[in-house]
Amino acid sequence: MAKVILDNIKKIYPHAKDEDKKKKKKKNNEPEKKTNLQITDEGVVAVQQFSLEIADKEFIVLVGPSGCGKSTTLRMIAGLEKITEGNLYIGDERVNDVAPKDRDIAMVFQNYALYPHMSVYDNMAFSLQNQKKSKEEIDARVREAAEILDITPLLERKPKALSGGQRQRVAIGRAFVRDPKVFLMDEPLSNLDAKLRNQMRAEIIKLREKIDTTFVYVTHDQVEAMTLGDRIVIMKDGFIQQIGTPQEVFNHPQNLFVAGFIGVPQMNLYNNCQLVKDGDTYKVTIMGKEYALTEKQCAALNANGVDSQEITVGVRPVHVAVSQDANAGISANVEVTEMMGSELHIHMTSGEQKTIAVVPIDYNTDEVIEQHSTVAFDFKAVHMHLFSNETGMNLI
Amino acid sequence: MGINFEKNSDFKNRLIIFVILFAAAIVVVIPYIWMISNSFKTTMETLMDPNHLLPQTPTLEGYERVLTGSPFFKWLGNSIIVTCTNTIIILFTSTIVGYVFSRFQFKGKEFLFAMLMFTMMVPAQVTMITTFLIIDGIGLYDSLLALIIPSFVNVFGIYLCKQFCDEIPKELIESAQIDGAGNFKIYWKIVVPQLRPCIGALAIFTFLEYWNDYLNPLIYLSSTERMTLPLALSYFSTQHSTDLSATMAAAALIMIPAAVVFLIFQKQFIKGISMTGMK
Repeated sequence: MAKVILDNIKKIYPHAKDEDKKKKKKKNNEPEKKTNLQITDEGVVAVQQFSLEIADKEFIVLVGPSGCGKSTTLRMIAGLEKITEGNLYIGDERVNDVAPKDRDIAMVFQNYALYPHMSVYDNMAFSLQNQKKSKEEIDARVREAAEILDITPLLERKPKALSGGQRQRVAIGRAFVRDPKVFLMDEPLSNLDAKLRNQMRAEIIKLREKIDTTFVYVTHDQVEAMTLGDRIVIMKDGFIQQIGTPQEVFNHPQNLFVAGFIGVPQMNLYNNCQLVKDGDTYKVTIMGKEYALTEKQCAALNANGVDSQEITVGVRPVHVAVSQDANAGISANVEVTEMMGSELHIHMTSGEQKTIAVVPIDYNTDEVIEQHSTVAFDFKAVHMHLFSNETGMNLI
Repeated sequence: MGINFEKNSDFKNRLIIFVILFAAAIVVVIPYIWMISNSFKTTMETLMDPNHLLPQTPTLEGYERVLTGSPFFKWLGNSIIVTCTNTIIILFTSTIVGYVFSRFQFKGKEFLFAMLMFTMMVPAQVTMITTFLIIDGIGLYDSLLALIIPSFVNVFGIYLCKQFCDEIPKELIESAQIDGAGNFKIYWKIVVPQLRPCIGALAIFTFLEYWNDYLNPLIYLSSTERMTLPLALSYFSTQHSTDLSATMAAAALIMIPAAVVFLIFQKQFIKGISMTGMK
């Protein structure tokens, strides 16, 4: 139970000698770029300008595509990676140079990392033994944790005799039993199948009520991020893109990356839309259709001093209305429809522009949207997210 | 019909394999049988009729002379001391150095490892004279320590352990770090148990190497009571005659501990060897 402060953290992986040679070779041929990470003379910059204050007992989720630096950040908090620049505080103590074993943290790894030669009981007791706790206390705490996680019948088994879900529980139990200051989880659910993942996600939410400590959770799955986090940190190429509550990042993405990353299906983005300022009001033209922005939007744009310009407009698929009357909005051709049970995902194209709409299915009407039919879609100005074409930042 | 045909060809294949393996087994086993059989013959009978497999007049004379007429148990003790000490020390140094080379980053690591590997290419005979001079210089000539101290480090063992350590998932080590274990505890509690097949194989290699070692005891030991068993075989030979019966009996006795060790570690050994092949 402690707050964690990351103050302008930077991580550079120095060039390995062999890699340098490879790079030189590549330069002669064709340069291959896997990520957009910044490469300096010192090495590859995996994380930079990372500042975040995690409150005591807060659940923070670091999310982003692979190679964005989220796991590196977690490993720096754990002490498994050296921090190149910046300060890391756990509680009030600066821990940059404190060994992992002295940080009083617990971590759940993606592949569980259970000690294969030890029984479940010994796996869970190992950290307490290292803390030189009495046998009675160790026994009591292990059994209590096992009870909470429902793994008491498994205590005498070896990890190889457990299923994936059971291993996951043991891994969580092993971290949980220590009562750590900070609980770190590195993609703990990504090795489980979809059904089990949903189940474990719910268990983690329940578990959190029981543990009541500070959590830092890394995932690439935005559903996990949205459902688990008090706040979400979205990362890309080593930089923080946005920090906010799930509602904030969903309702007000700070830039195009966050807009595209959060939300399933992805937000529809319309490039080359004209934003026109007319006095204190604004209008935006999307694919030839003009929309007057709401008062609130206009006020925000005015406050930010936004002028007429070409912008990108984003609209969430749930906010797109579809009509079979081809004149009721922007005309489009239905490419694919996906029946999801309670809702229908409609993939449409209008020229080059693709639009996805999520519409509830009304089983009481006979109206069916057929594949390859021509329809029209529309949306309200209030649901529009406006992004600068130049910077990619949200204009509001 | 098809099934019959398959069964037939299966049987044929098995027969061929059986015959080949049987022939190979005979070639390997015959010297041992010959040795054991001769250990129950008198020296005279062995000399007169060496090819007869079964002794005409079985006798325990040879064994009696070995066990009562020579300091056999002293030699056995010497052999056990040297072999067990060396095996334990080498298992410890190989696993810990292998682990360090596999997991720790330090300056000059590649160079050091390359140098170690280089010494593996140099035959022991090349350094024999200098090693002898050093051992003699520090006053260890004719002492069991002369067989123990130069064997502290086994480069092959280090290499083998490093290869196995490379395969241990790094999360296991990191997890132990976070669980509050120090470096030595991680080595002892986490790494060593993962190296079990490797340790089994290395234990057998090392045990047999030192148990059967003839050359080093020959160089470093001179007095009878310090001899180890392989060297002691020559005790039963004089310039003009060899007590074949006693020599064979001693040889048969020497074999027993080696066979026992192999049987104990056999499972680990085979696993270790097959895994070394994979990596």
